[in-house]
Amino acid sequence: MKRKHLFHFFFIIIALVFISRLFYIQVIRDDYKLLAARNSERKITVYPGRGLIYDRNHKLLVSNQVAYDIMVIPRQVKSMDTLSFCNLLGIKKEDFISGMKKAKTYSWQKSSVFLKQVSKEQYAYFQEKLHNFQGFYSQKRILRDYPNHSNASNVMGFIGEASDKFLEKNSEYKKGDLIGKTGIEKSYEKQLRGKAGVKFLMVDVHNRVKGPFENGKYDTLPIPGNDIISTIDLELQAYGEKLMQGKRGSIVAIEPSTGEILALITSPSYDPDLLVGRERTKNYNRLYIDSINKPLYDRGLLAQYPPGSPFKVINALIGLQEGVIKPSTSYTCRHGFHYGRLHVACHCDTYFPIALRTAISKSCNNYFCTVFKEIIEKYPTQEGMDRWSAHVKSFGLGNWLNNDLATGRPGFVPDASYYNRIDGATNWRAVRAISLGIGQGELDLTPIQLANMTAAIANRGHYFTPHIVKRIGNKSVDEEKYLKPKHTSIDPKHFEVVIDGMYDVFEKGTARASRLDSIEMCGKTGTAENPHGQDHSIFTVFAPRKNPKIAIAIIVENGYWGSRWAAPIASLLVELYINGKISRPEMEKRMIEGDLSEEYMKQLKEKFNLDSVPTITR
Amino acid sequence: MRENNSIFQNIDWLLVLLYFVLVLIGWANIYAAVFNEENSSIFDSTQKYGKQLIWIATSLLLIILILFIDGKVFQTLAYPIYIVSILSLIGLFVFGKEIAGARSWYAFGSFSLQPSEFAKFATALALARFVGAEGISLKKWRNRAIGLAIILLPAILIIPQPDPGSALVYFALILVLYREGLSPNYIFFGISLIVLFILSLLINSLYLSLGLVVLGIIIFFITRNIRRFFWKILLALTVFISFIQIVDYAFNNILEDRHRNRINILIGKAHDPQGIGYNTEQSKIAIGSGGLDGKGFLKGTQTKYDFVPEQSTDFIFCTVGEEWGFIGSTILILLFILLFFRLIRVAERQKTAFTRVYGYSVVAILFFHFSVNIAMTIGLAPVIGIPLPFFSYGGSSLWGFTILLFIFIKLDAYRHQIL
Repeated sequence: MKRKHLFHFFFIIIALVFISRLFYIQVIRDDYKLLAARNSERKITVYPGRGLIYDRNHKLLVSNQVAYDIMVIPRQVKSMDTLSFCNLLGIKKEDFISGMKKAKTYSWQKSSVFLKQVSKEQYAYFQEKLHNFQGFYSQKRILRDYPNHSNASNVMGFIGEASDKFLEKNSEYKKGDLIGKTGIEKSYEKQLRGKAGVKFLMVDVHNRVKGPFENGKYDTLPIPGNDIISTIDLELQAYGEKLMQGKRGSIVAIEPSTGEILALITSPSYDPDLLVGRERTKNYNRLYIDSINKPLYDRGLLAQYPPGSPFKVINALIGLQEGVIKPSTSYTCRHGFHYGRLHVACHCDTYFPIALRTAISKSCNNYFCTVFKEIIEKYPTQEGMDRWSAHVKSFGLGNWLNNDLATGRPGFVPDASYYNRIDGATNWRAVRAISLGIGQGELDLTPIQLANMTAAIANRGHYFTPHIVKRIGNKSVDEEKYLKPKHTSIDPKHFEVVIDGMYDVFEKGTARASRLDSIEMCGKTGTAENPHGQDHSIFTVFAPRKNPKIAIAIIVENGYWGSRWAAPIASLLVELYINGKISRPEMEKRMIEGDLSEEYMKQLKEKFNLDSVPTITR
Repeated sequence: MRENNSIFQNIDWLLVLLYFVLVLIGWANIYAAVFNEENSSIFDSTQKYGKQLIWIATSLLLIILILFIDGKVFQTLAYPIYIVSILSLIGLFVFGKEIAGARSWYAFGSFSLQPSEFAKFATALALARFVGAEGISLKKWRNRAIGLAIILLPAILIIPQPDPGSALVYFALILVLYREGLSPNYIFFGISLIVLFILSLLINSLYLSLGLVVLGIIIFFITRNIRRFFWKILLALTVFISFIQIVDYAFNNILEDRHRNRINILIGKAHDPQGIGYNTEQSKIAIGSGGLDGKGFLKGTQTKYDFVPEQSTDFIFCTVGEEWGFIGSTILILLFILLFFRLIRVAERQKTAFTRVYGYSVVAILFFHFSVNIAMTIGLAPVIGIPLPFFSYGGSSLWGFTILLFIFIKLDAYRHQIL
């Protein structure tokens, strides 16, 4: 009986078929290993702690907090209790549907972020139920935490997701990475960022973590970012912000001997906590569209104003350098500067010849218009204008500061070609630009430029590029551009008389009311006209007179005149910084409580022809 | 008749050894499939491997019991056992407990039995009794019909449970009839129908029919001198073409979508690794990721972390493939093939047709289970839920296969007592 051979034949055929099939799927094809890995291995990005930011006295400005991104792998999502999922995360059903759709559009196999930045507290509830939701898992994120809340928000800046455009240029970043968008966060992104690590985990079909893959053989540790010590003095910064409340404007304080920015205040500002967490987009849009208060606009760096009277000091210095005046040169003011039909009014109330020192302390318009005219007319007009312009620019004005701030403006200082272009002719005369003599007209400065200019005067002829960071990690910022003094085109010897004049501003001039016995301060008030409403209240100051420790420029928009708001606020800041305490509580109270919102409201009403301004509810 | 009281005398130790090797390897793989760090005690009866250990122990009792029973009892009681078994299948319609959508179980407290697992050896006994009887020739239509009826009756009762996988097993017994004299034409015809079935799913039925006609004409010209072939060819063509049309109609009009999908995925017409094809895809991933030498015992991730469904029952082979790789899988396949060769060898040495037919039935049933189960896990057959003999987790199936095999071992040992 040979019929058993059919059975043997079947056995052998099946054995051969199975063995060759197994050989094919186990030995020849290697994609199954990959698929198995995709099933059970999960790659987790371990984000490094972003570098912390401290103030110059090692007080913490920015630290980190933990939040969780909810990730999804659409392929692994099975039917589940969507309602409880939504409740646990506090989202709507529509959000769930649109989130899933977005994830599926991105990739069926790869994980993508389903819900961003769920807070630690909310995540705690969700985590317990996570195993009910196949295909979902979480990823730890590092968010910013602001221990001082609203202080120095413009200095620190904020972080946000990298834009597609940014990602194109920076291959080391990937979608969803958080990067610095403004402030120190932006300009020191590289140093703060650190390096992300990866961790491979094993998960089961229900997405439960079963332990590290191969005992963590392929894991890499995240390298935390460098901590940064800023030049900011938090106490001074916070005090300035307090003094500026209810007013628009900015204050920039610089240490003249180093160029370190001690305070960079813009008002109104914003609470950086608004830009953290899930409400970020909503809050950001709210801040972004607020075109009335412009809270995201750093006035200290971006706003450009004609400087007004503080600029007279520069004209005095150029006049001395060019030899058109001596400290003793005197002019008599007859209620202003008169030239043909041109009148520049003056309120110095002197009816006798005054020399340079008095002209500064009294802020005589006639005197500086005359000086300006003399400077220009020393040469052929065109050349005179260009020489004047070059002197002005040597104070760091009219150009980018080229420093470590995330943003800035060049300002504007005119030269001869500017007037040639405007007039379409070259036969204009010095008086054409006479308002430059008193810091008005075709002149635009940012507050930081004005502060730097003041520092250059305080240093008697040189300045250090203003910068915002002192140390990165353990290393001082030792870039040459911050360490090497930039010399102005004015001889140091010319400064003393000018500084004496600025000293007199407090002693017997326009800022008498802000005088202090304990500190010799040198300042200059300014009142800059502007087309929108009341004049801007401007003040520049440095102190002490010998060995200056601080130089400040302050602009209070529509603050009427220099000595009304700007000078008292500046003098309080100087007092706090140098003496460490305030001896004039009355003045302090008046400044803190001072509120210009009525003036701003009036401007709004005029602009839009409204009887009343609708209040914006938040 | 020799007097000997040892129940182990004349036992085929190779079969016994293969049985124990398979059962123990199977148990180790069930352990690996459900293993986790917290519950690693092998005696933990809340875990599947702990329960399987109980099934193995009770199987040992069954083995000893079978070896104690006098060899001729099985022949004598073949029909009663068959009838009880058929009744137990019928009883399911009334008393059956539904588990996972199929009414295939009797529940006794927390313990349930699947009578279709026991109907296998009962049917094998009845078939052996009938075909092995004196003077029964399968050349007679009547005998062929009765033989087929014995085979098909349990299958018909099992299909509506529904458990089409278990029902299919019985068709394998037709091979036994072939061994006992059934014309090879039946086998040839059966294989032709299977091939045509697959082809008609792959190819447009019109083209397939035309192809058959062309083939028929060619064969006709080759054999035109032999008159009687003309009619045979014509008959075969008619049957085959009607079959194609029926398959085509059934596939498109009778089958439900889910069945159609399953078949489409298998034959490569559709791809859906997420839905219907999930089980097969995950099974292939698990086996494929094992590579040449596997990930090592307890190191598999796909089965242990539940990516493969039913990983301790129908898909137990995945654990072997993943943890022991190509080498381990091949060794397992060779062990089964060795078992089958040995069973044929033992069946052929029998003096009685009863034992031989029973032996062939054992081979046919085990071989069918083995082929379909592994083909399913490696993506060569649709997902048909039948266990891998001695290997898959489950009391009924282990008991059923143990009884099936050891009755044969007992009958083989008993042959020396027959004069």
